[in-house]
Amino acid sequence: MSRYSRHIILSEIGQEGQDKLSNAKVLVIGAGGLGCPILQYLAAAGIGTLGIVDFDVVETSNLQRQVLFGTSSLGQNKAEAAKKRLADLNDTISINTYPEKLTHSNAIDLFNQYDIIIDGTDNFETRYLVNDACIITNKPLVFGAIYKFEGQVSVFNYQNGPSYRCLFPTPPEAGTAPNCSEIGVLGVLPGIIGCMQANETLKIILELGDTLSGKLLCYNALTLQNSILKVKRSQEIIDSVLKDKENFNKQQVDFNCEITPIVISIEEILLKESIQFIDIREPHEQPKVDTLPVTYIPLSELENNIDKIDKTKDKAIFCQSGIRSKRAVTLLQELNVTNCFSVKEGAVEIIEINNRHCEEGTTEVISPK
Amino acid sequence: MQIDIKYFGQIAEVTQQKEESLEFSGTLVSELLDILYNKYTLLKDKDFQVAQNQELVSIEAKVTGTEIALLPPFAGG
Repeated sequence: MSRYSRHIILSEIGQEGQDKLSNAKVLVIGAGGLGCPILQYLAAAGIGTLGIVDFDVVETSNLQRQVLFGTSSLGQNKAEAAKKRLADLNDTISINTYPEKLTHSNAIDLFNQYDIIIDGTDNFETRYLVNDACIITNKPLVFGAIYKFEGQVSVFNYQNGPSYRCLFPTPPEAGTAPNCSEIGVLGVLPGIIGCMQANETLKIILELGDTLSGKLLCYNALTLQNSILKVKRSQEIIDSVLKDKENFNKQQVDFNCEITPIVISIEEILLKESIQFIDIREPHEQPKVDTLPVTYIPLSELENNIDKIDKTKDKAIFCQSGIRSKRAVTLLQELNVTNCFSVKEGAVEIIEINNRHCEEGTTEVISPK
Repeated sequence: MQIDIKYFGQIAEVTQQKEESLEFSGTLVSELLDILYNKYTLLKDKDFQVAQNQELVSIEAKVTGTEIALLPPFAGG
C-alpha cells in the first residue's frame, strides 16, 4: 500500500509496525486545540479505529488553532466536523464519533472499547474523570495540557507508571486555574503539544523508543526550554481510585472536589470553645506559640500520632504560613478524623492576634502544659 | 546554600520571573516555601507541586538539591 510507504521503509516500523497501527484503537477526548493535531496525525498515520468525544460546536474563535475546522464547519458539532475532514484525509480507517459529554456514567463502557486514551480536554473536572476512568479500565493515558505559551506532556497509567493524580493528587479549587477561552493561548502551542501527544501514542503502539511514562515534559514556546521532571507512582493514590470502582458510574463530576480542607482565620477559632490547637511544624521551627495550649505533632509523623488528637474537640491546625496545615487537614479527613480546621495565618500572626485578644480581655492567657 | 528556583505557568506570573537564586539555610522544602510565601503573598492562592533536581518531591522532603521548580497544573487544551 503506497499510502504508508514512508512508514514502511523505516526499518523501525516496517509492514509489521504499520499493521500494529491499523489494528490499534485510540480514543481522543476533546476535538479542540490539542485534539485537532492529535487526530490529524493519527488518522494520517493509519490508526485503524479512532474515537472522538466532544459535545461542543465549532465557533469562529476556535479557527485560530483548531486546524481541522474551516468556516464551513461553524456551528457543527466538533466530533462530527472533525470526522468529515479526517474521512477525506484517510478513507481507509474507521472513525467513531461521540457528540456528547464524557461523564462518570459513560466513560467506563467507552474506554473499554479502546486500547489507548488521549486527553485533549480543557478543564480539570474532565481531566480527573479521564484519569480515574483510565485507572479503573487499566488503559494508558496520553496526557497534554497548555497554558498561554507553556505546555505539559506525559504518559500515565502505562507499564506500572504513575497516574495524573500521582502528580497532582486533587483538582485545584474551581476558578483558580483559568482555561484558554478565559486567558488566551498562542495558536501554534496546542499544535506542538498535540503533536507530541500523537508521537507518544505512536511510540506506545509501535513499542519504539522511550515514552514519557514517569516523566512530565514541560515546554515553553517563548524560551524553547524543555524540562523533564520525574514523577513517581503512588500506589496509595491509585488504590484509592480503584476502591471506588464499583460506585464510579454513580459519581457526580464534582465528587473529587469534595475533600477540600476548611480554612478558618485564627480570629474565628478564638471565638470557639473547646479547641485543640495542633502545631504540625517540625520541632526546630520557631517561634513556638506558647500562649495557647498546643499539641505538637510534625506533619511527617501525623499518621502515626492520631491517638494524640482529641476526638471530642474541634481541631485548629497551624504551621508557619497556613499551607502545610491545609495538607494536614486533607490527610486527617482522609483518615476520617472530623472537625479539623486549617488556620489561615502562620505562627507569627497567631501569636500577635492571640496577644491582642488577651490584652482586650476576650480570651484568657493559658500557660503552656 | 545557594538554591536556583524555577517558576512555571501562573507561578511565574505571581513571582514575575521565570527563575531566581536564593540563599537558604533551612532543612525542609516547606521552609523554603515559607520564605517564598512571605516574599510573594499571592503564591498562597496557587496550586503547585515542587520538583527538586528534576524530581517531584513532597513538601516534607529535605532540601538536598540546588535546583527547585514550582509546577502548577494546566487546564487548557
